[in-house]
Amino acid sequence: MSQFHEAFFEESFEGLEIMESELLELDVGEGDVEIINTIFRAAHSIKGGAGTFGFMNVSEFTHVMETLLDEMRDGSREVTQFAVDSLLLSVDVLRTMLEAARDKTDVDEEMVAMRYAVLDGILKNEEGSVSATEVAAEPEVVSSDQPASDGMSRWKIEFAPHADLLMTGNDPVRMFRALSEMGELAVSVDLDKLQPLAELTPEDLYLAWEMTLTGKVTEADISEVFEWVEDECDLTITSLTSETVSATPAPAPELLASIAEDTASNIEPASTAAPVSAVAGNAPANTKTKATKKPVEAASIRVGIDKVDELINLVGELVITQSMLDQAGEDLEANAEASSNYDSEASKANAEILLRLSKGLAQLERNTRELQESVMRIRMLPISFVFSRMPRLVHDLSSKLTKKIELVVSGEETELDKTVMEKIGDPMVHLVRNALDHGIETPDVRLAAGKGETGTLTLNAFHQGGNIVIEIKDDGAGINKAKVLAKAVEKGVVSPGDDLSDDEINNLIFAPGFSTAEVVSDVSGRGVGMDVVKTSILSLGGSVSVKSEEGKGSTFTIRLPLTLAILDGQLVTVGNESYVIPLITIIESLQVDRKYINQVAGKAEVYKLREHYIPIIRAREVFGLPTEKRDLHESLMVVVEVDGTPAGIIVDGLEGQQQVVIKSLETNYRKVETMSGATILGDGTVALIWDVNGMVNVHKRKLSNNKIRA
Amino acid sequence: MARILVVDDSASMRQMVAFTLKGGGHDIVEAADGVEGLACAKNGSFNAVITDVNMPNMDGITLTKELRALPNYRFVPILTLTTEASTEKKMAGKAAGATGWLVKPFNPDQLLATVKKVLG
Repeated sequence: MSQFHEAFFEESFEGLEIMESELLELDVGEGDVEIINTIFRAAHSIKGGAGTFGFMNVSEFTHVMETLLDEMRDGSREVTQFAVDSLLLSVDVLRTMLEAARDKTDVDEEMVAMRYAVLDGILKNEEGSVSATEVAAEPEVVSSDQPASDGMSRWKIEFAPHADLLMTGNDPVRMFRALSEMGELAVSVDLDKLQPLAELTPEDLYLAWEMTLTGKVTEADISEVFEWVEDECDLTITSLTSETVSATPAPAPELLASIAEDTASNIEPASTAAPVSAVAGNAPANTKTKATKKPVEAASIRVGIDKVDELINLVGELVITQSMLDQAGEDLEANAEASSNYDSEASKANAEILLRLSKGLAQLERNTRELQESVMRIRMLPISFVFSRMPRLVHDLSSKLTKKIELVVSGEETELDKTVMEKIGDPMVHLVRNALDHGIETPDVRLAAGKGETGTLTLNAFHQGGNIVIEIKDDGAGINKAKVLAKAVEKGVVSPGDDLSDDEINNLIFAPGFSTAEVVSDVSGRGVGMDVVKTSILSLGGSVSVKSEEGKGSTFTIRLPLTLAILDGQLVTVGNESYVIPLITIIESLQVDRKYINQVAGKAEVYKLREHYIPIIRAREVFGLPTEKRDLHESLMVVVEVDGTPAGIIVDGLEGQQQVVIKSLETNYRKVETMSGATILGDGTVALIWDVNGMVNVHKRKLSNNKIRA
Repeated sequence: MARILVVDDSASMRQMVAFTLKGGGHDIVEAADGVEGLACAKNGSFNAVITDVNMPNMDGITLTKELRALPNYRFVPILTLTTEASTEKKMAGKAAGATGWLVKPFNPDQLLATVKKVLG
């Protein structure tokens, strides 16, 4: 059974998300039947699965939720705010229960029992009266029927099926067989109602039976055999033993056919019989086809992420092979041009072949690119996976903070890589919490400021030039620049005399250890500041910034690469090797002019780039290569940005820009501080991808070591 | 050995039922809701149908009714999978023409036994 657990958990967590989002949609009062139905169905699936896969506590807990939803659905219970909130909290409890079941850890029984008691209280119309301390007893467990005694018993069974019993696919033979497996069975058939052959309808039943069953059997056991046909037959079960009797079966009565098979062979229904409309006419009126409100989801299949990654890897290899061939083709073409004056006949033929080859190569390139894009898209998921967590968060926080907040979401269908998605969730939650806690004001403050009492939080996502941009915008108080600046000076992040632009001040909130909240609030401040948000976004190769206007609100903008598997890179050479610098980190590239170089404090070199001084980092020094020339005049410098501060890296040569497939260094070799990965270039050589952050760190360490030695 | 159609919107439940029945030597076709199930039934022939009740697009009750209206499926055993212990809900399936029901949760042995029962 355990091989289905993973699928079950995945389904259940999806189900919980559906329940949560639909519960948030649900209006108090009448309640939209379709919404309740959707929630009900999700709960129902979880309950069924949990029971089947052996998670009885989950199944029992879901059962109460389901019962409550069922009553709401058929209109016998009003949809109250209390009930909706209780169901939302129950969804949380259910989630922890499922997580515990999945991770094989213990669940907080007390919390479960308390939630159970509250739901149970609602069902018993004690809305709100159940206090948290009134912990309910264990959910009742219905005991199953047990055989009344260990001894043998004898039963008389009179079974007269209605004529239409066969119409539901039931067959008396099966019941006889089931009974005969339980003990000694004697059957006699009653042919009284049997019609003459000419008047007989082959699909109807005319027979009745009287049976005697002897064995270790209870009445419940016998009833169970006939459970499905209770309403389609006349059935009497009488005990022939007032008390437990001897184990010897009574001799078979007269007129008995010993086993059902004989009887059965005569009346085996013919499935080729002419159609009868009676069955369709039987349809009950209370079943209605549920029209789903939402657009039908695209059909999908579940595939292990390892399979997809392998596919992506293979396509990556294909891209490399393709660019190798492309290179070879170009070289060939160049050679052909050079030698075309020699032998005109042969070169004509070769030119012909070359043309076909280059056409083929061009097509291969197009196909490869399309294949790569399609494969990359497999890992792409709409950002709604992250956005869908927010309505609940906003709902809970706004009531906790006693603020009125409207959440507006757009661009939910914008897609990004699954890995990026998984990692952006927490930083986004942090930013949303922050906007709610520090950004949007309480209704009275808003009214006093001449705004509407309801604040608006807007989440937006869109694609922009190979990146995905996520905006978190509030119409709250904005960032108090004076306060931020004062704090920054106090913390030593900036010096009192520094001349900073408004944007620079606003972005100080991302500095390490910076927090302006005087009191660490329950909502956003747990000692973790904006710097953590920034670090996690940076580790994804992205960036975050804020724009804010006092009194009008703030907008946080997150920029992320669409995928972690490929990267736009700038090829550079240092010594005999080619390297790749991630394009996203590069501000500009320039040729060094001697007059802007300055030596400061011993060995450190800085470069005056327009108004700012930036540190010069010699790549050769970082890699421990011999320095060719001390004088940097006319050298090439790539200006990169690390943590918002620019630095100039001196390289030997600048080559083209290209998209490269990232191969992990850590899995294939080990972690290297200055490198974030490796790739294979068109000519088959391996190029390392720089971790610009690491380069700067190594440079700083070298400098301080030099100082110590000096 | 029989050919059985399994209809359930929950993939885990469907896989579990299919896996168990395959282990019992049966040939299984899976469908994710009533609409898909009905299409499968029309395009093939089955010795039995096992369907969940609560499903999107078309539920198990409607599916049962639709199947019973097809000449080929008038006598084919149809089992509903239900978590409803109440008689009322079970009877909705019966009224639509289902042969019987299997109450969730059930274990693989119960499933095989029940299927064996209806296949005869």
